[in-house]
Amino acid sequence: MMDWVNILVQGCLLGGLYGLFAIGLSLSFGIMRLVNIAHGDLIVLSAYVAMIVVEFTGLDPITGLLVILPTMFLFGYALQRGLLNFTLEGGLLPPLLVTFGISVIIQNGLLLSFGAYTHRLKLGAIETQSIVFPGDMSVGVFPLITFGVAVLSIGGLQLLFYKTALGRAFRAVSDDADTAELLGINKRHLFALAMAIAMAFTALAAVLFAIRTNFDPAAGPIRLILAFEAVIIGGLGNIWGTLIGGIVLGLAQAVGAALSPTWQILAGHLAFIVILIIRPSGLFPRTRD
Amino acid sequence: MSQVQIERGTRASRIFSMAAVIALLGLVALPWWGGPGDMRLAAEMAYYLALAMLWNLLAGYAGLVSVGQQAFIGLGAYAFFYLTSSLGVHVYGAMALAGPFAGLISIPVAFVVFRLRGHYFAIGTWVVAEIFALGASLIEELGAGSGMSLTPAIVRQVSSSRDGRETLEYWMSLGICTIIFAVVYIILRSRQGLALTAIRDSEPASGSLGVNVFRTKLFIYVATATCTGLVGSLIFLQKLRLSPEAGFSVNDWTVVVIFMVVVGGIGTIEGPIIGMLIYILLRELFADFGSLYLILMGVIAVAIMLKAPGGVWGLISERYNLHLFPISRRLMRDETAAARDKSEASDK
Amino acid sequence: MSLLATHNLSAYYGDFQALFGIDLTVEEGETIAIIGANGAGKTTFLRAVAGALASEPDMVEYDGQSIGQHTPHELVRLGIAMVPEGRRLFPSLTVEENLALGGYCGRPGPWSLKRVYDLFPVLLELRNLPAPSLSGGQQQMAAIGRALMCNPRLLLCDELSLGLAPVVIQNIYDCLGAITAEGTTVIIVEQDIRRAIEASSRFYCFQEGRIGLTAAKDGFDQEAITAAYFGL
Repeated sequence: MMDWVNILVQGCLLGGLYGLFAIGLSLSFGIMRLVNIAHGDLIVLSAYVAMIVVEFTGLDPITGLLVILPTMFLFGYALQRGLLNFTLEGGLLPPLLVTFGISVIIQNGLLLSFGAYTHRLKLGAIETQSIVFPGDMSVGVFPLITFGVAVLSIGGLQLLFYKTALGRAFRAVSDDADTAELLGINKRHLFALAMAIAMAFTALAAVLFAIRTNFDPAAGPIRLILAFEAVIIGGLGNIWGTLIGGIVLGLAQAVGAALSPTWQILAGHLAFIVILIIRPSGLFPRTRD
Repeated sequence: MSQVQIERGTRASRIFSMAAVIALLGLVALPWWGGPGDMRLAAEMAYYLALAMLWNLLAGYAGLVSVGQQAFIGLGAYAFFYLTSSLGVHVYGAMALAGPFAGLISIPVAFVVFRLRGHYFAIGTWVVAEIFALGASLIEELGAGSGMSLTPAIVRQVSSSRDGRETLEYWMSLGICTIIFAVVYIILRSRQGLALTAIRDSEPASGSLGVNVFRTKLFIYVATATCTGLVGSLIFLQKLRLSPEAGFSVNDWTVVVIFMVVVGGIGTIEGPIIGMLIYILLRELFADFGSLYLILMGVIAVAIMLKAPGGVWGLISERYNLHLFPISRRLMRDETAAARDKSEASDK
Repeated sequence: MSLLATHNLSAYYGDFQALFGIDLTVEEGETIAIIGANGAGKTTFLRAVAGALASEPDMVEYDGQSIGQHTPHELVRLGIAMVPEGRRLFPSLTVEENLALGGYCGRPGPWSLKRVYDLFPVLLELRNLPAPSLSGGQQQMAAIGRALMCNPRLLLCDELSLGLAPVVIQNIYDCLGAITAEGTTVIIVEQDIRRAIEASSRFYCFQEGRIGLTAAKDGFDQEAITAAYFGL
C-alpha cells in the first residue's frame, strides 16, 4: 500500500518537471499559435549553455541561472524577431518546417561541437538528499524543489497574464493580433517578448533537468514529445492545465515503471493516446477558442 | 464559336517523358555498366525518392503533415523479418504482405491521429511512431531492444550469389520506386487527386461541395502507409539487420525525407526528385564532415521556406514556365479554331 | 495645413486594386463622413489611413508627416485610432480590460477609464463581464471607448451602425458630440447616408474605389447623392 503512495508521489513530482518542459511550448502556442518543433532541442541547447556558463564562471548551476536565464531570454527574443515572426502568415507549413529545420540544425550543431558524449550538471549533496516522511516514505529534496519551481512558475505566469498591462496585451494579441496593432500594440515585439519569456522558462526547466538526468545532443526530441503530451493532456491554452498534464504524464510513467522499468515511457505515451481518444480537447480545455 | 479544349500535357512534358523513359532504361541496365557501389547508391536514391513522393502526396497534396511515417517503415520491416524468420514465409511473399500489414495498422492509427489538427497532427503521428518503437523493444519474439537479423538461408532465397542478390535488390528498388511513382501520379490525376487539392486549399469548402473529406484523407493515409511499409521491408532486406532504433528512426525515414520534399518543392511531382538529388549530392560532397550535411540541409530548408516556399522546382518552373508531369488541367483555346473565328468575323 | 491629406491614394489587395487615386483632406477638429455602397472602398480607405494596408509613403500625409509606410501601432502613438468594423473586442478580456488596452501606449489626453464610463454609464455596470456577453450596442460603445482610451487626434469610425437597432444607433451617434467637443477630428464611414451626413460637416461619396461626389452638409441635392452612390 505504502509502495503505491510512494510511486504516486514520485510520479507527481516528476510531472512537475514535465510541466516545466511544457511551459515554453504552451506559451508559444497560446500567444502566437506557433507549435515549436525545436522546443525539445532548445531545452537541450539551454542545458549546453548552462554547462558552458558553469564551466566558465565556476558558479554552481543554480547561481548560474543569473547568467543563463537572461542569455536565453535574449536568444528567444532574437529567434522570434529575426526568424520565426516571418513564418506566421503563410499557413501551416512554414512554422512547422522552419522549426523543424532549427531542430536539425541544433541537434547536429551540438553533435559536431560537443560530440555524442553525455553530460550532467552537478549541484553537490542536495542531488541525493531526501526527506523521510512518516510511514517510511522518502522523497528526494531535488524533485521536491523542481515541483515547487514548476508551481511557482505557473503561478507567476498567471499573475503576469491576469494582473499586468503586458499580460493583458499578450491575451489581446492571442485573441486578435491585427486589432491589437490598431490599438498601439506592436505584435512583432510582443511575439518576440513571449518567445523570450518562453525561452527563459525553457532554460529554467533545462537546468533542473540537466542536474537530474544526463543529456546529450539527441536528447531533445523525446523532451518535445513529453512537453507536447503535457500540453495536449492539459488542454490547449490553459496554463494550469499544462502542469496537470505534466503530472498525469508523470503519474502514468511512475505506474508503468513500477510494473516494469521498460514500461515507463511507453505508459506515458499510452496515457496520452487514451486521453486523446476519450477527451480530444484535453482535460481542461479553454472555454473559448 | 470558339473552340476550347482541356489539356494537361505540354510540349516540354512530352519531350521530357521521352527522356525519362530513356533514362529509366539506362538505369535498368546499370548492373552492366556500373559497379556494386553505384548500384547501392542508386538503390538508396530509388527508395528515398519513393519515400519523398509518398510524403509529398500526404503533406503536399492531402495536407496531412505527418512526422511519423517511420512508424510504417518500422512496421513493414518488422512484419517482413517476422514473417521470413519466424514463420518461414518466402522473401517475396513476406514483402507482399509487409505493405498491407502496415496499411492495416494505419487504419486504427488514423482514427486516433485525425483527431489532431495541423501541427498537433504532426507531433501526434510522431508519438504513435514512438509507441511502436517502444512496443517493438518490449516484444521478445521480435528480438526486443537488440532487434533481429536475416539468416543467410533467408537471404539466399533472393539469389544464391552475392552479385545476383545485389542486382536483384537494385532492380526491386527501381521497380518499387517506379510503381510508387506511377501510383502517386495516377492518384493525383484521378478524381481523388482533385478532391485532395480541394481539401488542402479549404477543408470546409470542399466538404460543402460534396467531397468526403474524412474518407479521402483516410484513403491517402492508408495508401501511403501501405506503400511506406513495402519500402520499409525492401530497405531492411538490403540492410539485413533491424532494430527498433533503426526501423523507427525519425531522422532517417522522416526528417531527411521532409527536407527533400521541402527543398525540391512541396506539392509538385518534380520537387521530390530534385530534393532527393540535392540531398544525396550534399551528403556525398560533405561525407568527410560528419553531420555537417544535415545542418546545411536544415539551413537550406529554412531559407527555402522563408524566401521561396515553392522550393527549387518552384523557382525553376516559375522562371521557365515548365511542367514536366502535367497533373493540372489547363484550359487551351484551340489556335486554328480561333483563327477560323477571326476570319469568319472579318467576312461579315 | 490639414490634419490629414491623401494624395492620389491607391490601394491593392494582392492583384486587386481597391482604391484609385483618392484625394481627400480633413481639417483639425472637423467631422467628415465617407458614404458609399458595399465594396466602394470605404473600409479600405480607413485601413490605409490607419496603416493596416501599406501604401506609398507620400500618399498619406498626417500632421505634415508622410505616413504611408507606418505600421498601425506607430500611428496610434501619433494619434490615429480606429473603431474597427464589427467592433472586434477581444473575447477573452473583460470589458474593462478591453478599455484599458486602449491606454496601452500611454498617450496623454482627456480620455481615461473614468471619462469613458461617464460617457457610457452602462459600461461601468458591465465592466467585469467578458466582452462577448455584451449586446451589440454595448459592444459598440466599448469599442468606441477603447479607441478613445488611445486619446486620438484623429478617430476613424467604421460602420458604427452595423447590425444595430435604430434606437441604439441614435444613442451612439448622440455621444459623438462629446467626442468632437474635445477637439478630436473624426472620420465616419457609413452605409446609412442620412445618419452620416447629419453627424458630419462634409461628406465624400465613394464609388468603385473613386470619389464620386463631395459636398458640404447643406450643399447637395438628394439626386446627386443617389447618382454617386449607386453609380447611376
